[in-house]
Parts: sequence; C-alpha cells; structure tokens
Amino acid sequence: MKENKVVNQIKDKAIWVVLVVLVIVFTAANPRFINPNNLLTLLRQVSMYGIASIGMTFVILLGDIDLSIGTIISFVNIICAYMMVNMGVNPVFAVLISLAAATLIGVLNGFMVSSVGIPAIIATYASQTAFYGLALIICGGMPISGLPKGFEMLGQGYIWVIPIPVIIMIICFAIGSFILNKTYFGRYFYAVGGNVEAAKLSGIRVGRIKYLVFAISGFFAGLAGIVMLSRTASGNASNGADGFEFEVITCVVLGGVSITGGLGKMSGVVAGTFIIGALKNGMVLMNVNSYVQKIVMGVVLALAVGFDCLQNKKQQN
Amino acid sequence: MSEEYVLQLQHIRKEYPGVVALKDVTLELKKGEILALIGENGAGKSTLIKCCSGAVIPTSGKIVVNGKEFTSMTPQLAAENGIAIIYQEFNNVKELSAAENLFLGRPIRKGIVVDKAAMEKEAVKAFERLHIKIDPKTLMKNLTVGYQQMVEIAKAIQQNAQILIMDEPSAPLTSAEVESMFEVVEQLRDEGISIIYISHRLEELYRLSDRILVMRDGEYVKTLVTKESNTQELIQLMVGRELTETYPPRGDCVKEDDVVLELKDVTGNGDKNISLKVRRGEILGLGGLVGAGRTELAQLIFGAAKKESGQIIFKGKEINPKSPREAIDLGLALVPEDRKRHGAMLGVSIKNNINMPIYERNSTLSVIDSKKEREIAEKYQKNMAIKTPSLNQLVKNLSGGNQQKVILGRWLAADSELIIFDEPTRGIDVGAKYEIYKLMNDLVEKEGKAILMISSEMEELMGMSDRIIVLAEGDMTGELGKDEFSQERIMAFASAANVEEV
Repeated sequence: MKENKVVNQIKDKAIWVVLVVLVIVFTAANPRFINPNNLLTLLRQVSMYGIASIGMTFVILLGDIDLSIGTIISFVNIICAYMMVNMGVNPVFAVLISLAAATLIGVLNGFMVSSVGIPAIIATYASQTAFYGLALIICGGMPISGLPKGFEMLGQGYIWVIPIPVIIMIICFAIGSFILNKTYFGRYFYAVGGNVEAAKLSGIRVGRIKYLVFAISGFFAGLAGIVMLSRTASGNASNGADGFEFEVITCVVLGGVSITGGLGKMSGVVAGTFIIGALKNGMVLMNVNSYVQKIVMGVVLALAVGFDCLQNKKQQN
Repeated sequence: MSEEYVLQLQHIRKEYPGVVALKDVTLELKKGEILALIGENGAGKSTLIKCCSGAVIPTSGKIVVNGKEFTSMTPQLAAENGIAIIYQEFNNVKELSAAENLFLGRPIRKGIVVDKAAMEKEAVKAFERLHIKIDPKTLMKNLTVGYQQMVEIAKAIQQNAQILIMDEPSAPLTSAEVESMFEVVEQLRDEGISIIYISHRLEELYRLSDRILVMRDGEYVKTLVTKESNTQELIQLMVGRELTETYPPRGDCVKEDDVVLELKDVTGNGDKNISLKVRRGEILGLGGLVGAGRTELAQLIFGAAKKESGQIIFKGKEINPKSPREAIDLGLALVPEDRKRHGAMLGVSIKNNINMPIYERNSTLSVIDSKKEREIAEKYQKNMAIKTPSLNQLVKNLSGGNQQKVILGRWLAADSELIIFDEPTRGIDVGAKYEIYKLMNDLVEKEGKAILMISSEMEELMGMSDRIIVLAEGDMTGELGKDEFSQERIMAFASAANVEEV
C-alpha cells in the first residue's frame, strides 16, 4: 500500500518534471524561450486550449469524448461575429447568446449520447460535421470582419502585463478545479467514469450527469471560441476547425486524465496544457518545419494515451 | 476394467490460491449412458467439466479418454478425442445461417470461396440424423432457443463427438422444447454416445439419467443408480454436510406488527407473483439456486428493474421507485452480489464511497459540506471497524471484507431502513465473514433495521435468517419458519421437486 502511494506521488509530479525538462531543453536551444515576454506569449497561445480543456476533462473523466468542440469554436466565431457586424447586436448580448448556443450544442450531444445511446465518438463527430456546415452557410464561406473595437480587448488586451486570455484561462481552471473538488458533481464524474453500474446503484442519475457534462464542454468550447474571435479580430469558420479538439484531448490526456475515465486531476491538465504550449512555442523558436510539428503532436498524443493504456493493462494483470 | 468406460476422471484435484475447488473427484462414464451430475451452486460441477474441455488445468489427477491417459486437456485435445460441451451460453453467430453455424470455423470450401450449397446439404443430413426439422438457410437469430440448442448438438455430433457434456441444457427452454431435447438426447444415447447431463431439476434426472453422481463442496459424494434411488436420498446427499460454522447470537428483536416491506403479487423481471413481508428487526432469508430470480427481485424493489404488476408497500405506503435514486431517498438500500462490478467504486476513496448516495443531501448549491462529509466517513469507519490508514485510501486497496464494510457504511449513512443483501459474504474470508454477520445482527437488533438477505450458502441462510423464503425459476416455492429450517427442505423447494414429505 505504501509503495503504491510513493509511486503515485512520483507519477503526479512526473508531468511537472517533463515540463521543466522541456523548458530547459528549449532554453538551451534558444535562450529567447525563457524571456518573460515569450513565456506570456506562450501562455496566451495555449489559453484557448486551456479554456476548452475544462469541459474536455469532465467528458473524458466520464469515459466519453467530445469531438465537436473545434466546430463549436468555428460556429461561435461565425454567429457572434455575424450578430455584431451584420445585425448590430450589442457585443455583450452577442457573446451571451453565442455561449448559450454553444451550450445547447453540448446539450444536443448529451441527448444523442445519453438518451439515444449513440457512442460519444460518433455523436460528437456528427455535431462537428453538421455545425461546421451550418457555420459555413451563415457566413457564406467568407470571413466576417469589422468587429467592434471594444470587443477586441478580450483577446488582445492586457491587465497589467498579463494578457486577458491568460487571465480567463486561469479563472476557468479555478472554476474547473472547484467543480471537480468541491461540488458533488465532481464526485459523480469520478464515480460514473470509474464504475457506471456501481454509480447507478448508489443513486447517481447517470443520464443527467452526461447531459450536464456535454453541456459544460460546449460552454467552455464556446468561451474559447469567443476569445479566439476577439484575438483574430475576424469571424472565420476555419478558426478551430483544424484539429483543435485533438490538441485539447492531448492536453488533457497528457495531464494524466485516463482515456478510459474515472482518473485524473485538474492540476495535471494545467501541466499538460503548458507542455503543449511549450512544445508549440519552442518548436517555432527552433524553426521546426510546421509539417514536422504536426508529426510531433501526433507522436505526443500517441505516447500520452499509450502510457495511460499500458498502466491500465498492468493493473488488470 | 477400464475398457468399459469411455471417460474417467481419476482423483481430480484443483487448487486456486487459497481455495480448493475440487478435492479428489472421480467420475466414470460408460459408453451409451446418461450420467447426471448434480450438486448445489459451488459444488464444483462447472470446474469439473471445464477440466474435460481444457478450460481448467487440474492440479493433480488423471483424465482417461478411451484408455488414453492425460494429465490435462486442451480444447484441441478434447475435440480430437470426441469430447464436446454444450454450454448454457451458446457459441453461435446470430447473423449467420444454421448451416453456417454448423460449420463455424471449419467451413466447406470450394477453392477460396465458401461452398454454401454443400454446407446446406450436409446440414440437412446432420439435422435429419437427430430427427429435427430446421431449414439450414434460416438465420440463427430467427430460431428459437430450443432450435439453437439443437444446432449446437448437431454440430457436436457432426464433429464426431462420442462424449457430450451438457451444462443445464433445460434451463433456457420451454417445457415443450425440453421434451424434444430429451428425445434427441435419448436417441443419442441409444446410438452409443455417452452423455454427462448437468441439471438442478431433479425430476429431469429421473426421467433421463441412468446414473447420478452427486457432488458437494468440491468433493465427490456418491454415484447412484437412478432406478434405485429417490428424491429424498438425493437431496440428503447434496446437502448432507455437517453444520460446523457458528453464527453470532442475536436476541429476539422482530417487531411482529411493524411490517417495513410488503410485496403483494409482484411480477416482473422474470419473477411471478411474489408476496412477502419483512418486519422491523427481522432478517428474511431468500433462498434458491442461481437463476431462481432472487437478484432480479432485489432489482425490482430497488427501482433498478421494471415491475409489471403487483404492489410494493414500504412502511405502509405503496411505492413505485423508478430509479435507485428514488429507492434510496425512500430508505431502501442494496448491497449487491458482485461487489467489484456493482458495489464498490474501486478507484474512489473510502470517504467518497461512503458519502456517494447522500452528497446531494449534504450540499448547499451543489457545494459539498466537507466537514460533514469527513465526519460521516469517520463515524462509519469507526462503527464498521474498517481497517485503513486513511479515509482517502482508494477502496481497491482494501480487502474484500473491508470493501463490504464500506458499502454497508454507505447505506447506514444514507439512513436506510430496509437493506437488501445479495450474497453478503461472497468472496470474503472466514474471519471477516463473522464480522459482517455481527454487523448485520447489530443492524436489526440495535438499529431497528429490516434485512432481506439473498444467500446461496445454505449454512449462512439458516444461521442468519429469522424466516426463509425459497424461489425457484421466478416462482415462490416455499416459506419456512425458524423451527422448520433444514437443508433438505430448502433444497427441495429450490429444485422445485415434489416435496410432500421430505
């Protein structure tokens, strides 16, 4: 039992060790990496993954997956920009309506997974495809530009020296951590992901929990979409459509959340997100070809999931 | 001498870490006979036949097939030596035709393509041999269970099986189907095929078998010639163990007039017209064999399965829980049979496991009152004497007994008044068993709870219950008061045998 504890503690810290090693390696390769300005840029770059990773963490804790979040970002980009530019809607309302729409897409995913029983990977892939199409129809395939000036603050502004998206990400991580550790929903996520049958017999209404979790995932993806829209300053359907969900899944799984559900921590996901940020930023500084970067990301995803699966296999034996 | 026997299992012993599943079991099967194998759940019948199929490797002993000696079998060896097993769960592919299933894994081929026509022709022959009419083109899923079984038998015969082992073949069948299965089995015997027939239904053994081998607790008891034996003798052999275990004593605490749970003609989930009463301070034992519908009844009461008709009355009010959540909030609890799959959440801490059903009660705006959470966990860790260095310990790191105590603590914390125990001490070592029994006594004696206890262990059932109700195949077959308890009576009710004067 004791040995287990020690091993677990090492495993908990291992992810941070990887992050530190990565920082050292990139700094050695290019000292500009450790420059505070670059580090803040790095954080700003990953902020959208970080924000979306909250919902994805919950979904994966249940043992499901949400492939629709990239498209939710595209969809939110388009409808929010369209409302503000073409309909003159007040930015605050536009944002709120967009977030509500994103949450509703999540509820739809929840309906397909929980009430109909479609496997999450298919249900959310269906949403992904359909809402991308809808976004393209709304914008006619063209970017929507000319957003109100104030709105751009959200993605481009600073409070003191900290970029606003980074602050939003930190708040989101805090909320995620609060839900996971302080509310009974957090307990339920672990219970359902660990053992659905036992969870049901303990009185957890598993169906409702799935609705909730997909809705939360939709909401945070929507928020990431708003930040992205504000940062790029134009509503573009291709925002988020380029494998965004897989990058977020990589952050989450790299952070130690088991792909089979029931296991993982918010702090791990924070570390996982930073590692992805360091990798992307560091590779750019080292002038790594962008195609090669794709290969690296693919390998990292396979390694993260592979490590998790090997652990599971070992436990079963 | 050994010429006479087609299959001999000699002094078979099988040990698992900590348990001896088979102790020196000897079985001899003659050519062209039907040998019935009988015993309670856990008597070792399945392990024994798995030794014949190669699924289990005996620790010691010999298997002699037609004079050839083996220390263990493999599935290939078993097939080569003409041994075939018809399991309760059929090995078929529902989307393929009867003919294709008959030749599953060894299709007749023409070059590289499967020769369907040839297979269908062979299938017709195989079915005709058993005097059964099945269109070989019919998809397996469109055949009744009875016919699916016939295809399995035909497959065994087609592969030249000389020894056919059938594990509870009548269990899934309707009575008409059972009759035609009997005819096929008898015909096979007349053709010289030897059959080992496992069943709980005593009347079938008398109808069908030539000899009966009785097993009990992993041991060989006796082989009887069917014609020279009777039900009473058989039941005595099956259950005739010395009652050795002691049970913690309990004062008389049954409140006769305070009925906590009453079922009136409850039907559904495979059970038919079950009526019973559990009183405050009472442990009502629910006996029967595996598949008798006891767990199914527990699911009905707990809202985990749908009731078709009848009434469930809890504390004087009719209830209709549609989910475990509703049942829990009413004051019902279920300690499930399969602790690891349905009971404990293994990857979750002791503290969270105990609090799981009551988080919603102890939260404000969904934020958990963590002080209360800790206090409750501490209280029940103490009450249940759960041995652990910390409440944050994951439940998977606990022993079986301690896991069971965590689940018990969970339901006490939820303030349940009726607790259903499904096999409360399965997989728990002897010392911890006694502790669980003491806890159950405390529940009825000191806390005034009512307990419905499902148990397949005869001793536990008789040692712990105030009354026992026995189910067989979804029917209530008997009720026994404390002074009427006997292994023979319970067994007789459980096998739904004709039990006028046992």
